[in-house]
Amino acid sequence: MSQPTTPTLPAPQATPTTTMILTLGLVATLCGLIIVGAYEGSLSAVQENRRIVLERAISKVLPGAERIVGYQASSGGEIAVADGGDNSPPGTLRFHAAYDAGGALMGIAAEGAAKGYADTVRVMFGYSPKCQCIVGIGVVSMRETPGIGDKILTDQEFLANFKALDVRLNGELKALANEVKAVKHGSKTNPWQIDAISGATITSRAVGKGINDAAQALLPRLLPNLEKIGKNP
Amino acid sequence: MKNKPLHPGAAVEIRSAPHVKAPRSVEQIMRNVVYSLLPICGFFVFQYGISAAFSIVAITASCLATERFFVKTGTQSGSLSDFSATITGILLALTLPPGFPLWMGAVAGFIAIALGKALFGGIGFNVFNPALVGRAFVQAAFPVAIATYTPSFLPGRFGEFIPSSLAWPLMVPADTVAWLHAKQLDALSGATPLAKWKFDGILASAGELLSSMSGHMAVGPSPVLIILCGVYLALRRFMDWRIPLAIVGSAGLTAWILFAIDPHSYPNPFFMLFSGGLILGAVYMATDMATSPVTPGGMWVYGALIGLLTVLIRYYSGLPEGVMYAILLGNAATPLIERITQPTPFGKSGLLSPKRRATYPLHPEYISREEANAVTPKKKSFKPGKKS
Amino acid sequence: MSQSTPNASARNQTWDEFTEGLWRQNPVFVMMLGMCPTLAVTVSAVNALSMGLATAFVLVCSCALVSLMRKVVPKEVRIATYIVIIATFVTVVDYAIQMVSLALYDALGAFIQLIVVNCIILGRAEAHASKNPPWVASVNALGMGLGFTVGLFALGAVREILGAGSLFGISLFGADFQPWVVMVLPPGGFFVLGSWLLGFAWWEKRKQRLAGLQTPAERG
Repeated sequence: MSQPTTPTLPAPQATPTTTMILTLGLVATLCGLIIVGAYEGSLSAVQENRRIVLERAISKVLPGAERIVGYQASSGGEIAVADGGDNSPPGTLRFHAAYDAGGALMGIAAEGAAKGYADTVRVMFGYSPKCQCIVGIGVVSMRETPGIGDKILTDQEFLANFKALDVRLNGELKALANEVKAVKHGSKTNPWQIDAISGATITSRAVGKGINDAAQALLPRLLPNLEKIGKNP
Repeated sequence: MKNKPLHPGAAVEIRSAPHVKAPRSVEQIMRNVVYSLLPICGFFVFQYGISAAFSIVAITASCLATERFFVKTGTQSGSLSDFSATITGILLALTLPPGFPLWMGAVAGFIAIALGKALFGGIGFNVFNPALVGRAFVQAAFPVAIATYTPSFLPGRFGEFIPSSLAWPLMVPADTVAWLHAKQLDALSGATPLAKWKFDGILASAGELLSSMSGHMAVGPSPVLIILCGVYLALRRFMDWRIPLAIVGSAGLTAWILFAIDPHSYPNPFFMLFSGGLILGAVYMATDMATSPVTPGGMWVYGALIGLLTVLIRYYSGLPEGVMYAILLGNAATPLIERITQPTPFGKSGLLSPKRRATYPLHPEYISREEANAVTPKKKSFKPGKKS
Repeated sequence: MSQSTPNASARNQTWDEFTEGLWRQNPVFVMMLGMCPTLAVTVSAVNALSMGLATAFVLVCSCALVSLMRKVVPKEVRIATYIVIIATFVTVVDYAIQMVSLALYDALGAFIQLIVVNCIILGRAEAHASKNPPWVASVNALGMGLGFTVGLFALGAVREILGAGSLFGISLFGADFQPWVVMVLPPGGFFVLGSWLLGFAWWEKRKQRLAGLQTPAERG
């Protein structure tokens, strides 16, 4: 093993250890270079893509937004402009504040997720501090059954639930006054209830739960600090 | 003329012992099943009018055409005259809503025979009940249309189609809710009793379900009628009575236990038994000879499994009806059930000798396809001069 | 083959290498490899085509590189080397698709990353590229990759036409088309693949029968 062999005549049985390590190292270096090159080359375009998708999603739930700023709310209740990286401490919630042309706060967009029929349903919702309600939702990703579960994208009756969905906080500002919940089709009586799509109850419930969980966590942190993000920084 | 039974006076037969009586042919059994289905079809048409009649005809025609195609091309054995494709078509039509678009019905009939039967080699070789294979496909392909029922006994049902029946091929069927609205019949709901119970928590009474006559309930043919036809088949030994009894018993027992535990959240067992397609499935679908066990013990196990699964699917899944999947799962489990319920031959078991399983895999009364096919040539050889 | 000039024969051989994967040994319909993406992402023609092209790109690049390095890489560490090479190009494709369209990236999901373990690629690297010069290996890989793309497209087109009534997002039957939901669900992949295989088997049988009828030697 330790005897160096001539490179022109490699022995068929035993390859020297150094050759193996050298080869693997060479391949790894080469591949590393390719990967880093591809990453560097595509980074700006990918980020631009992500920004466009995000802005499109936010302007769908908060129509008319001119400027969007990412924020993060730490578990202690501190609110700061998001740094863009993924190194925030656990428990931090991310949300986006949307401002109109005059620089006034229009609303907050945040994401919620819950288990649907097939996979996690991720929804983005727009929150308006003025009416303390949700004013629009958009589905970020889902894999629900086509023709049934994916009605949450198109069913006008269902989407009408989110024109003014009540998410007021209770007296101590610790939790929602009323839990947001999807109820059986046709039995919606309160502004915090969601009238489920008949036949797609599980998916409708997932939308409701995703909004509820996200709002329960985010709004108690957000509301006391609303002035902080009140105008365009 | 193939189906003409052996006439005793036609020829003198000389055979050596044992003198066994002529075996029942597959055609004879199947023909009788078709006869017993006719009153049920009649009731279905009486309930829903010409839409139901056209649905039965179109689906059966599609099954027969598919069967003929595959027999002609040599893909599958059997012949149209054995009536099995007719049964598949009628049963498939009875499990679908009466206003099911005819083109979707034709697709279901094609899939039933092509995927459920021809693929396995024809009559006697199919693993799953062909009608249910067809239904499972359209259930997955057209989940909205298959859940769209219309109320029964509508006025003018014999002169007018349910509009969804006449949808153009590949196109969305017409909206029956709007149609009912236009006819000022909004008060009548098109939801089946099972769907009403599952999604709205409204229970229909078992007596009403049993006759299917009162009100404008969106249900299939009367369970009483199906049971009567089933009794006829069982008495004439065209069907084994154990399987339907096991299914009904097991479903009733499961529903009754759950009802006893919590009467508020579970409906009473009679509602479970007489709603949906349980009775039709128990009498006509689960008893399909090729797809159910042949051992008497196996029949009980098979029936019990289907009954249990039906109730569990209805209670705990997102679907209101579970008979179809329960029977398909039972079909899949059949070879396994047969293996574990082999009868012990006389003399093989004893305290001292270890228990041994029988080596023959078939029930003595089971008619295999080969045997059934062998009938015609045998007849010829005994009566060389006669034209059969 | 019957050409006498060496140039023509070489071209023939290249063509042979190319068509091996495209038709005779089609990865989807003949070898039945890479079933995981075949069944999972072929819900629409666009998804199928982009998945196929992504795989073809990885296949060609990694086979070329493996073939270039075939004399250098000791056989003890060859699998590790191949996997590293394949993973590299999958990463490149991953970034490329993100650059082109995030919607497509979401639709293809984890199946882009799963190209690493697609058995066609490792199989071709091991069975073909490691034994042939770069030119031959690349041509063969291109054939295989395009064959895979064709196979995926054949599934994706049928599933999109029946499942959504459109092709490449262009509606074919108008707004009243009744979608066959099952076709965009996983079972639809099996149905369509089975139907294609049935069709090919029937064609093959028919060809044999016709050939048998035409040659008297066969009949005798």
